[in-house]
Amino acid sequence: MIEEKKAMIKNGVILSLFALITTGLVTATQIMTKDQIALQEKKQLLKVLEQVLPNEKYDNALYLDCAIVDASFLGSKKPHKVYRAKKGEQGVALIIESTAPDGYSGNIEILSAIYLDGTVAGVRVLKHKETPGLGDKIEVEKSQWITKIKNIQVKSEQDMRWAVKKDGGMFDQFTGATITPRAVISAVKRASLYAQNETEMLFNAPNECTKADK
Amino acid sequence: MHQMNVLRLINNMNENIKDISLQGLWKNNSVLVQLLGLCPLLAVSTSLINALGLGLATMLVLIGSNISISFVRNWVPKDIRIPVFVMIIAGFVTIIQLLMNAYTFGLYQSLGIFIPLIVTNCVIIARAEAFASKNPVHLSALDGLMMGLGFTLVLLVLGAMREIIGQGTLFDGAHLLFGEWARVLKLEIFKFDNQFLLAILPPGAFIGMGFLIAGKNIIDEQIKDKEPKAQNTEKAPRARVTSLT
Repeated sequence: MIEEKKAMIKNGVILSLFALITTGLVTATQIMTKDQIALQEKKQLLKVLEQVLPNEKYDNALYLDCAIVDASFLGSKKPHKVYRAKKGEQGVALIIESTAPDGYSGNIEILSAIYLDGTVAGVRVLKHKETPGLGDKIEVEKSQWITKIKNIQVKSEQDMRWAVKKDGGMFDQFTGATITPRAVISAVKRASLYAQNETEMLFNAPNECTKADK
Repeated sequence: MHQMNVLRLINNMNENIKDISLQGLWKNNSVLVQLLGLCPLLAVSTSLINALGLGLATMLVLIGSNISISFVRNWVPKDIRIPVFVMIIAGFVTIIQLLMNAYTFGLYQSLGIFIPLIVTNCVIIARAEAFASKNPVHLSALDGLMMGLGFTLVLLVLGAMREIIGQGTLFDGAHLLFGEWARVLKLEIFKFDNQFLLAILPPGAFIGMGFLIAGKNIIDEQIKDKEPKAQNTEKAPRARVTSLT
């Protein structure tokens, strides 16, 4: 009995020692890489922001100025970030993270820059799980399709041009994949309508991005 | 006398090194023979660069875990060795993940969930248990390197095959691993309007791996035919083998 007890205690001590050491190493690495990771994420964010909205249109530190909104109109219940581009004190454009819930396989997360009159300045896909080779042409790395959504105004909810050609709109669908572009187009249209309807609220909301973290 | 002993020792060590390398790269290749670590292998081998990224990460984890497990092998009681191994491996994977997140951000994003999943790659715990827990540090390091290299090489061949057949390119996405200058590495071998989906989706990975295993078996057969006098040593059959010997 006593022998067994001894062995158990010894094993317990050794196990906890190992747990301490490995946790310590992981913690040390985390502390060492923390700044670099934050920097990489910021770089990534800046790159995408620059792609959707030309630099010269605003003069504030865009990535440090955002509101966080809960709006199921933007496609999902999770909180969405809205970056606010300003020139001087004047609002210029809103860059909205939103979700296309009706992709071919799951949600498509997009980022759209919208000028105050509802004109879409640019769009990029942040995250998707569409079929490689078919639906994944919405990625800018794979195809130029997404770059065609540029400087086009959403006039109203009844604006029929905001649809794929198959549905009578102005945007190309892909051979073998209509659902994916349809989902993206309608998500961009909704983001623009949201920006037009809620402009004042979005610009007045408190800033949630003062630090460059998530 | 003394000199002879030293000579024999050195000879012995060379034999060891040769044997471990051959085992890892060919005879006991983790993918082609042991069929371990297939989940990341099949999921990530869609392109050569993805394959290279995951292969290198796995190899680093394997070397690191083998070294540290071999280093502590005499202090770890038998009863708790598995939880200790798991902790060490998980620690290494997390560290590699953090490093990749910090220094190869693009690749980190494109490999996604498969980096933390290296933990579940059976090759790693298998080598810890079967080799590192019984052998000295330098041999365990070599075993980690060779097993990892064997895994990476198969992953590379499969990745290259699937990328060429599926997408008609090679080295697509090299900038994720090496930085912006590497975009020029991309080779366009064919031009498709639409990609050949079968090669890119998981079934293509299974089919490709089937061909690789068959290829290895053919080569082994030919080697065997060339040396007809090879001794027929009976070995206990292993539970999961794909080679005919």
